[in-house]
Amino acid sequence: MNVVTLKDLERRFGDFVAVKGVSLEVAKGEIFGFLGPNGAGKSTTIRMLCGLLEPSGGSGTVAGFDIRTQREAIKQNIGYMSQKFSLYEDLTVEENIDFYSGIYRIPGAKKAERKAWVLEMAHLQAQRRTRTGQLPGGWKQRLSLGCALLHEPPVLFLDEPTSGVDPMSRRDFWDLIHQLAGGGVTVFVTTHYMEEAEYCDRLGLIYRGELVALGTPTEMKEHRMTEQVLSLSCDRAHDALTVVAALPGVRDAVLFGRDIHLMTADAERIVPILRDAMEQAGFEVRALERITPSLEDVFVSLIEGKDREEGAQREFKG
Amino acid sequence: MKFHHEDTKNTKEPRRKAFLSFAFLRVLVSWWWNSPFLNRFRAIARKEFIHVLRDPRALGVSIALPLVLLLIFGYALTLDVDRVPLVVWDQSVTPQSRELEARFQHSRYFSLVRQARGYGEVEEALDRREAMLALVIPQDFGRRVGADRNTQVQVLADGSDANSATLAMGYAEAIVRTYSQEILVARVRRQTGREPVPALELRPRAWFNTEMESKRYIVPGLIAVIMMLITALLTSLTVAREWETGTMEQLISTPIRGPELILGKLVPYFVVGMVDMLLSVLAGRFLFDVPLIGSLWLLFGVSAIYLVGALALGVLISSLAKSQLLASQLAFTMTFLPAFLLSGFMFEISNMPRALQLVTYLVPARYFVAFLRGLYLKGAGLAIFWPECLLLTLFAMAMLALAVLTFKKRLA
Repeated sequence: MNVVTLKDLERRFGDFVAVKGVSLEVAKGEIFGFLGPNGAGKSTTIRMLCGLLEPSGGSGTVAGFDIRTQREAIKQNIGYMSQKFSLYEDLTVEENIDFYSGIYRIPGAKKAERKAWVLEMAHLQAQRRTRTGQLPGGWKQRLSLGCALLHEPPVLFLDEPTSGVDPMSRRDFWDLIHQLAGGGVTVFVTTHYMEEAEYCDRLGLIYRGELVALGTPTEMKEHRMTEQVLSLSCDRAHDALTVVAALPGVRDAVLFGRDIHLMTADAERIVPILRDAMEQAGFEVRALERITPSLEDVFVSLIEGKDREEGAQREFKG
Repeated sequence: MKFHHEDTKNTKEPRRKAFLSFAFLRVLVSWWWNSPFLNRFRAIARKEFIHVLRDPRALGVSIALPLVLLLIFGYALTLDVDRVPLVVWDQSVTPQSRELEARFQHSRYFSLVRQARGYGEVEEALDRREAMLALVIPQDFGRRVGADRNTQVQVLADGSDANSATLAMGYAEAIVRTYSQEILVARVRRQTGREPVPALELRPRAWFNTEMESKRYIVPGLIAVIMMLITALLTSLTVAREWETGTMEQLISTPIRGPELILGKLVPYFVVGMVDMLLSVLAGRFLFDVPLIGSLWLLFGVSAIYLVGALALGVLISSLAKSQLLASQLAFTMTFLPAFLLSGFMFEISNMPRALQLVTYLVPARYFVAFLRGLYLKGAGLAIFWPECLLLTLFAMAMLALAVLTFKKRLA
């Protein structure tokens, strides 16, 4: 059963097209990661799904309700956490929880139970009477998440929930997300951290308002890459990088730790050329092998592919 | 036995009915108390109370500001013209001219600031605004009065403040006329030996404000103007602040509805506004010594309606502006200026150009100024001011409806 379905979703702000022809589906209990650089249209999409922004074109449903005509029904069934911290800083932790309990009309008997759950989940029992404004960033995020989950919504929308959060808290955060998904909650999360993308069941890559790729992390790494990736281990890698990058047939070369990762259309053909070039320049090649690309490699290659395509179109039109 | 049985049945029946209706009422009340509207309304109101109480500086300002304004305007704005500074050039220096001078000096409307010797000095005193009025007594004044001849005295006024000058000249004329009449009476008595009877005598008496003190007229109007400004300013930030800090984005992703949010937000500010109103009334009574003739209950009842209208206007401005700075500026210009200039507080509406008079009908403060003045000075109640009260109620309802309808649960 699909909890989120989008068909040709579009949103314009004046002349600017923020989201263009996005179609995707998210199944119940799935963790769907929405990736893309800043300004790609992630937040705009999530806001349309939450009923906060009206789409300019296309259609969609969330939890079975239409995102154009049944926005209030959607709001009964979702938890939303916006990119910016948006609880009341002059209220204490407890007061913020009580406020949202009231807004979500959590019945009296359940109120205390949910509050205890949130305080425990967010590790904020000791801070219950602290003004929210005085909490560190990561703690605020956990409280925000708690407040968005008070009414146990079947769908959860998280817009960059871990930005500005330390890596340890980020692990905890994802553990919790997996726990929720295990309980049948559908999670739609945006991020620009690549290692977080690996925690998702399925990914969508959005770039300049368009959905560039869609699939599981494994699918992405195995099938979406048009180029092959070689890892080169040699001495003085930093100096070697200029030599490698200048070779014909090498699309891109980057330092990856002490190694060089290079992208090429045909690994078989480039290996001997590369070895010769390195020898001539006086570098010692310790290892040279083809590797599975990381998600980052895949996204960089997809985005650059998209840029080249658009550049060509622009030239053609000009 | 049979009777007894019937007896118990009869007493049980109404008790059962009473119990049933009580239970029904309880169910009704608990249903209402737990209705979605009241649940979320309570949550919003409670949160807004916390906001108000956690910001002691803003709370202090909203309590102190009306009093400060009341003091400033109450003491500065007096329409009474008394102790008009007077310069006298007595060229006659006779008992008759001294008598006239003394009459000016002893009147509460004038105070002698200077004795001039020549027109130059008179002019200088008027130019420097040392004096507003100059009394010039000619050289032959004493002689002519003594000789029972028509005598002229000159009064020069600084006409730059036309209103005050007109009033001051009126007072001067009255003093001169009284003196002239007394001379005439003495003359007739001397000539005929009889007491002359004046043909017409005016017996003026001002009703309602018997001492004709303008503060009794100004203070009630001032309260109306200040309350309009304060209450709209109080709420003008509340919605805009949430848009600015981003808390609104979270809030509109929940099932909250416009009326719950808007009405909930009004509650704490209504309480603050009523406290302001109470303080203003107390200040009027004990600082300015302005008595309230009408009903205190009616005063606070109608004030409550007026406050709701002004608070809702503030919220309306706030949700349209979406920025705190713009909202507070808008609230200031949209409430204070019309309330100050077009409510009849400063300028009499009947003296305005026709077009402007029509505009004043749209200024709610106009109705409240009229109502408060009537209540304070004449004790006039609903029997007379029902149209004003009705219009204030309509204003409050319209503002509430607009505030609720213009609030959109949507970004951009």
